[in-house]
Amino acid sequence: MGQIIQYIESYLGSDKTPGAAGNMFWALVYIMLVFVGLSVAVIAMNWLERKILAHMQVRLGPMRVGPHGLLQPIADAIKLLLKEDIIPTEADGFIFWTAPFIVVLAAFTVFVVVPFGPTHAITDMNIGILFMLGVSSLSVLGIVMAGWASNSHYPLIGALRSSAQMVSYEVAMGLAVVSAILMTSLNAEGTGTLSMIGIVQAQLAQGEWFIFKFFPLGLIAFFIFAVAMVAETNRAPFDLAEAESELTAGFHTEYSGFRWSLFFLAEYSAMIAVSSIAVTLWLGGWLRPFPNLLSGATWDQGFSFFPGATFLFFAAMCFFNAARMPKHPLFRIQTIGLAGFGAALGLIGLALFIPAVSVRIQDIFWFAAKVACFMYLYIWYRGTFPRYRFDQLMRMGWKVLLPMGLGVLVLTASVALLQQKIWHP
Amino acid sequence: MAPVATPFFFYVFAGIMLIGGIMVITRKNPVHSALALIVTLLAQASIYLMLYAPFVAGVQIILYAGGIMVLFLFVIMLVSIDRSMKDRQFNSQWIVGAIAAIVLGGLFIAVYMKGMNIFPDHALSIVENDNTQNVATMLYGQYMFAFEIASLLLLVAIIGAVVMAKKRI
Repeated sequence: MGQIIQYIESYLGSDKTPGAAGNMFWALVYIMLVFVGLSVAVIAMNWLERKILAHMQVRLGPMRVGPHGLLQPIADAIKLLLKEDIIPTEADGFIFWTAPFIVVLAAFTVFVVVPFGPTHAITDMNIGILFMLGVSSLSVLGIVMAGWASNSHYPLIGALRSSAQMVSYEVAMGLAVVSAILMTSLNAEGTGTLSMIGIVQAQLAQGEWFIFKFFPLGLIAFFIFAVAMVAETNRAPFDLAEAESELTAGFHTEYSGFRWSLFFLAEYSAMIAVSSIAVTLWLGGWLRPFPNLLSGATWDQGFSFFPGATFLFFAAMCFFNAARMPKHPLFRIQTIGLAGFGAALGLIGLALFIPAVSVRIQDIFWFAAKVACFMYLYIWYRGTFPRYRFDQLMRMGWKVLLPMGLGVLVLTASVALLQQKIWHP
Repeated sequence: MAPVATPFFFYVFAGIMLIGGIMVITRKNPVHSALALIVTLLAQASIYLMLYAPFVAGVQIILYAGGIMVLFLFVIMLVSIDRSMKDRQFNSQWIVGAIAAIVLGGLFIAVYMKGMNIFPDHALSIVENDNTQNVATMLYGQYMFAFEIASLLLLVAIIGAVVMAKKRI
């Protein structure tokens, strides 16, 4: 027993990720935390998407289940789990059965290397970014399998469209990623890194986020990635794979109940995964804004109040809306619920002001905040852009983004060489 | 940190590879064969990882499992499966195949028995940390010429594909 406790305690105070320290217990703890955190994020995203889209279209969105529809995703989840699980007679049973699991596996496995902080990652791999791109490209496989195994026309067309789209945008995406990785090698030794933590540390060492590096080259590479990642995740305006007006629901038309919800889960966690790639490569990962410009203990102190203040702001919003609730007795439970939710948020916010907590949490907070901006962008795109036609999509991928990516890569390499050879010999 | 590359994992992955390989040639449905091939390739990627070659493993996953096999599936799924299920399979050369397999297996066993001393007597312990950087310096330094020739070959293949596919250039 003593040995076990010693084993658990041996990791505390180390400055490595549990995977790098080889501590099985903490690795498991981190895996559970990431899994739970992701599931909660997907649930929250489901609610936020419906709510924000509704407000963009001057509607109210879900209002009935819980205060402001807060419990709607839970009601949806229960409904999905209770639905009958239908497997079409003509479907290829085994492949139909495994396809959703492959998509979910691919979407979740990626999070093994996502760096939420210098020590807050399950593990750090030498091939981090390569691993992320590779494993997330496996989700195409699940989609193709689902579309084919359904043995029906719409899913097959949807799957073919989706895989053609993902395979072609992967090329442009890869080129954009390479030009960011190239920037990591601009140090004294001249060797870059593929490890996710290493990439963020390179940005810290060079004193600027890669989005601003060699302006506007970093920005263009980021733009290419930001477009390609929407296409990779099959989201609007590139959601041709599930264009409702043409293909009912695309590759998951024949799926119902639990299996459908797995596709849903995979789609949202894949969105979070690609956003965290973008945040890590261009937006400085866990680094707080202006780590070099506004450095020093005072600024560190000031920025460490941010996480707590954000939660307190949300708590205040909850209380404000609880006070605005209709005074009718029917709404009493909802008002109390909203106020209780606000109180919970406020308590979390207050806890984040404790220095010992905030030192450990603020990396995760900044990372999550940056990812959350991308999540909002996804919803914003969906609310504002009309869907592309398939030939427009292909032309955009192959004739615009790919040449741009190649050009940015060559230019970045030349500027980096010039900088190393001429300006700072 | 204790090495993860224990014989247990080798046997597991090698077993998966063998089962997958057998499935590839025995399934009647070509889609099932292609999926079995993907399983084989993924198990192979894990064996690369065990050999402390993470970069090769990552490339294996991206290129083979994520890229090439998807295109494979793509083509197969557009073929009429019903007809190919009824077709006789192209295994009329199984005698030649069996002889070749036996000869190759015999060669392996002979090498293993005779040349026991060419195998290292303990597992390699290469530091995994700069594998990718080493691959890069090798490819762009020592083997630059071979690398460029290989990429030229690929360029020729791409141009050839475009020329053949396009009616009017």
